[in-house]
Amino acid sequence: MRFLVMFLRFWYDFIVGDAWEIAAGVVAVLGIGAWLLRTDGIDRAFIPLVVAVGVGLMLGGSLLAEVRRRRRAGG
Amino acid sequence: MHMIAATFGLAAATFLASAVEFVEAFTIVLAMGLSRSWRAALTGTVAAVLALTAVTAVAGVALIQWVSESVLQLVIGTLLLLFGLQWLRTAIMRAGGLATLRDEQAAFRAEQEAGRLAGHQVRLGLDWMAFVVSFKGVFLEGLEVVFIVITFGLSATRYNPHGLLVASGSAVLAGLLVAVVGVIARRPLSAVPENTMKYVVGLLLTSFGTFWAVEGLGYFGNGESLPWPGQDWAILGLVVGGLGLSRLAVAGLRRTIKTPANLGDVESCASSSCS
Repeated sequence: MRFLVMFLRFWYDFIVGDAWEIAAGVVAVLGIGAWLLRTDGIDRAFIPLVVAVGVGLMLGGSLLAEVRRRRRAGG
Repeated sequence: MHMIAATFGLAAATFLASAVEFVEAFTIVLAMGLSRSWRAALTGTVAAVLALTAVTAVAGVALIQWVSESVLQLVIGTLLLLFGLQWLRTAIMRAGGLATLRDEQAAFRAEQEAGRLAGHQVRLGLDWMAFVVSFKGVFLEGLEVVFIVITFGLSATRYNPHGLLVASGSAVLAGLLVAVVGVIARRPLSAVPENTMKYVVGLLLTSFGTFWAVEGLGYFGNGESLPWPGQDWAILGLVVGGLGLSRLAVAGLRRTIKTPANLGDVESCASSSCS
């Protein structure tokens, strides 16, 4: 059991790292892309642009969240 | 043109990513060799390289044999995107003053101090601490390189049939260069522009990762790759867009952070685990 926890912990640290919002954001953005792909009436050429903009927004949001975290920690 | 640009991007990204990781691994091995035992440190390094070679072979064959193309694109793209965004985020934070630059000398001193203070335990005729720390250091830093080599190499095979070979060769070249320069210098390679390299690699991984992950989304549609507007030229657009966005972020952080003290403890990257 301890080995399993250590094994899972290792892969969590390796893939997710210290910014969980990046991993969650990647899954969310790609999930939105997949949902749009299965939705009727959506131009497929539009989907890559949505994902690219989503990735940019996610990175910016993660940096903003980090600044706020540091501000709170600094009082 | 596509093949040359993609091959160059592949070689540059894997070389830079590998060099960054190997510099960090070299610091750990050097500290263990100098403070504990060179024999154990080098044995740990060789054991880690052998383990990494086995992981590369098994994972590479498994991905090629058992995973369909669109799923492979989605998995590869997602992993590259995750690694790339983490690297890019760290590089932006360091360039913008939100985190301190990694100090290879400080990491070396910390490892050496830990090595001196630890007890002496001999197993299999080796100083066990020097062996384990060197093995873990090289294996963990190398595992990220292995992921980048496999994902980049496999994806590049559509442009260049020798993509995996180019990626592996670039990584090996980076490892040899770090080893040779390190042996000549006999000290941590603190002059390496680690954050700039991390920035470039993060940008490339994020751009290629976004491109391939979107193509892989086609698995959820008709099962075929989802094309980008402008096809492969979209990668160039992603790199340029990412560069512009990241420069804006760095400038914004620098304006926001007048002094690091305003934001509490700025992240310290002296420890070898901070990469």
